[in-house]
Amino acid sequence: MGLLSDPVRRRALARLVLRLNAPLCVLSYVAGIAWFLALVFPPLTQRTYMSENAMGSTMVEEQFAGGDRARAFARDFAAHRKKSGALPVAWLERTMRSVGLEVYTQSFSRKLPFPDETHERYMVSGTNVYGILRAPRAASTESLVLTVPCGSDSTNSQAVGLLLALAAHFRGQIYWAKDIVFLVTEHDLLGTEAWLEAYHDVNVTGMQSSPLQGRAGAIQAAVALELSSDVVTSLDVAVEGLNGQLPNLDLLNLFQTFCQKGGLLCTLQGKLQPEDWTSLDGPLQGLQTLLLMVLRQASGRPHGSHGLFLRYRVEALTLRGINSFRQYKYDLVAVGKALEGMFRKLNHLLERLHQSFFLYLLPGLSRFVSIGLYMPAVGFLLLVLGLKALELWMQLHEAGMGLEEPGGAPGPSVPLPPSQAMGLALYVLPVLGQHVATQHFPVAEAEAVVLTLLAIYAAGLALPHNTHRVVSTQAPDRGWMALKLVALIYLALQLGCIALTNFSLGFLLATTMVPTAALAKPHGPRTLYAALLVLTSPAATLLGSLFLWRELQEAPLSLAEGWQLFLAALAQGVLEHHTYGALLFPLLSLGLYPCWLLFWNVLFWK
Amino acid sequence: MAAPLVLVLVVAVTVRAALFRSSLAEFISERVEVVSPLSSWKRVVEGLSLLDLGVSPYSGAVFHETPLIIYLFHFLIDYAELVFMITDALTAIALYFAIQDFNKVVFKKQKLLLELDQYAPDVAELIRTPMEMRYIPLKVALLQCFPQCYFSCLSDIPVSVPTHLVCPRTPLSPPAAVHTCENEEQSLLDLFLGVCHDVCGKPSGNHLPLLLPSQLLGFHPRSLWLYINVFFYTIPLAIKLKEHPIFFMFIQIAVIAIFKSYPTVGDVALYMAFFPVWNHLYRFLRNIFVLTCIIIVCSLLFPVLWHLWIYAGSANSNFFYAITLTFNVGQILLISDYFYAFLRREYYLTHGLYLTAKDGTEAMLVLK
Repeated sequence: MGLLSDPVRRRALARLVLRLNAPLCVLSYVAGIAWFLALVFPPLTQRTYMSENAMGSTMVEEQFAGGDRARAFARDFAAHRKKSGALPVAWLERTMRSVGLEVYTQSFSRKLPFPDETHERYMVSGTNVYGILRAPRAASTESLVLTVPCGSDSTNSQAVGLLLALAAHFRGQIYWAKDIVFLVTEHDLLGTEAWLEAYHDVNVTGMQSSPLQGRAGAIQAAVALELSSDVVTSLDVAVEGLNGQLPNLDLLNLFQTFCQKGGLLCTLQGKLQPEDWTSLDGPLQGLQTLLLMVLRQASGRPHGSHGLFLRYRVEALTLRGINSFRQYKYDLVAVGKALEGMFRKLNHLLERLHQSFFLYLLPGLSRFVSIGLYMPAVGFLLLVLGLKALELWMQLHEAGMGLEEPGGAPGPSVPLPPSQAMGLALYVLPVLGQHVATQHFPVAEAEAVVLTLLAIYAAGLALPHNTHRVVSTQAPDRGWMALKLVALIYLALQLGCIALTNFSLGFLLATTMVPTAALAKPHGPRTLYAALLVLTSPAATLLGSLFLWRELQEAPLSLAEGWQLFLAALAQGVLEHHTYGALLFPLLSLGLYPCWLLFWNVLFWK
Repeated sequence: MAAPLVLVLVVAVTVRAALFRSSLAEFISERVEVVSPLSSWKRVVEGLSLLDLGVSPYSGAVFHETPLIIYLFHFLIDYAELVFMITDALTAIALYFAIQDFNKVVFKKQKLLLELDQYAPDVAELIRTPMEMRYIPLKVALLQCFPQCYFSCLSDIPVSVPTHLVCPRTPLSPPAAVHTCENEEQSLLDLFLGVCHDVCGKPSGNHLPLLLPSQLLGFHPRSLWLYINVFFYTIPLAIKLKEHPIFFMFIQIAVIAIFKSYPTVGDVALYMAFFPVWNHLYRFLRNIFVLTCIIIVCSLLFPVLWHLWIYAGSANSNFFYAITLTFNVGQILLISDYFYAFLRREYYLTHGLYLTAKDGTEAMLVLK
């Protein structure tokens, strides 16, 4: 243990760290950003390949020809739905039974914590209808799911028609080794969550649902389908799920194989795939797609029904049919053939999908970056925090202040409990206090929640003013260094743990928070540092990423629109935490906001 | 000093009672960092029901406690919660008085050596004063109560008892023996640990053929050599630390906690409770920053990597074991740092604080 015990080498190392600290930090930060940008270039990005043997070598001849039948079903469904206003449960049951499935229904209800303004719902109750196609000669131990979410805003009737036509076609085949569940959910994601919870017999979100009468075995894979019209120009695939979880890459490879086979145009993040990766255009386009994926994964929202399946270790994708202004259009038969091919290949699986990557980034549909290659980016960013912490420790040690006991002098640790309390208030108060707020102010509940969030967030900025009265009597001059040390380690720990489970969120927060955290100190241009710190606080990062996201989608926002979107995003974030268990809201309010407040306290240390 | 101790005990009992009734109880009792096959309450209940049915509890690889535990809990099964709380409180009280005794002995010894002029002239700042030692027993009791209550009271038997029942008892007898030779008054700590050891047998051996996702050491035949580690250090440490039996006992407890099969958080909390006794060594610790960071990072990464392995399906057991290894490395470095600091202080006491080499320049101490 030469480095740790030899005093000569220790002194050399200490001198190195203290003298070269600023250049090393800057270098490390730049290296992290540069590494991330280099992810789209060929040596770091590889072509995708099918890793699962069972899905690779089989030749499948698709025979689906039920396009007319699908359109007829879709028309009927749309008509019945318009008549009844909700999901036509009886019609669905009848039709599924006539096609030859075992039909069951499930009713569910949920009272949202506050009214949802984007979907316009508060007390939600609905019925899911699902039909099981039993495998003719197997024991019902495994199953596949084809699900069509029907919300009130997107009727998705073409998808229901295609689902029923596919069910009729599948029923006539003898090669199924797994059961297939055809699921139609009401209130899109809420219905899917209710079905999944009842299927797996858990209750993680407080949904009230009736128990399922029929089950089909462990779900191996699921595909969610959303079609807006009966001809499509391209199929868009969504992979990001709840809390940034991703399906196994093999499922995406499977989809891409069948798109290529059927000549379908497939897009990722709504963008076409660049053909040429050797010149600069391909990687630049790839960078746009990569950034879009990072932003979507960081938000932690389930971008489609598939996002909720992932939590139960079921690989799932959402396919969206886009009808744009291209000339060449594909009808339902082409989409049906692609789905048939996918299900036939999934039928061959002997084990759950596990051969390919679970953690990856996609610069394009046929290119991916694996975790081993993208992790160093966030490693370099966190190294900055580590170097700064080491420097502060050595400075404290030299000054002789060093903490006598693990508790330390009272000065530096005074801002810790109030910051954590503010985080707790930010987490608990908005939803709890919405009724009180609506009584005293003329706002709706959703607005009350959002405005309370913003109010508590801004109130935290006044914290240093109040803690000063306690601190100023006892704090030595170096107290802020000890506080900054603790805050740096706290931030590094949180970002590290976040980056391990959701790389995109960790990287995004590290990019914005690390430089200002390293720079924060009471001396120097205080207003400049304060402005920088506010601009890189978690809420501002959220606002900035919304603008960036729309910019990348080529639909830029004006400031007013952006602000409205930001408020809506805040409300959605709180709502999704309560309804699906999304973790972005608790992470930001209970973890990163108190940490940021500590840096704010360091900045305003007297 | 009785009032603060009573306050600490009351708060500890309240927190434990609250935790028992909260929804966290079930969550924590499933965590593998807290519960191990050696110290799991569920297994004790299983063993008891087997006994009730007339089957030997040791048939089948479920139950690994000593017969004393079975007979004890046979009568106390309905009051399990209360028994845990009382045992923890008694441990805290015993440690409190033991450390108080120890402080008195240390102070007497120090005074004796000062009068005998055994210390170098310029070590005034290293001498410990009664003022700074006043609150140490309370801090030890505090540290004993709180980390343990968060982690181990819900899921397993109070750590102090079975830790020393299940792991080898021989390494702790030398320090006990040395201590008895030195002082005629037995310390409570000494009695407590000695009794726990000598009374109970150990029917199930150390090689547990279980294939559970536990922490590193436990079921691989090669790890027998790792177990030997527990015994290896006893004799050299006994020779080196023959005049400081309590420090020897502290190091030995730490070594047992690091190298035992199926370590849990409770074992770590046990020896960490003793840190306030040695906080005068703080100025000689060299790597405390890096080590504290390592230990905190590893503790935080345990649940994250567990989640990645079991729920996200992406990591595998290697990650979890790697973190266990890193945690153990951190603990080993921490203990060796404390050992080094202790030796260094002794050296300074007898040779003076400001050392000069033969040519008059400032000398540095190098551990060879």
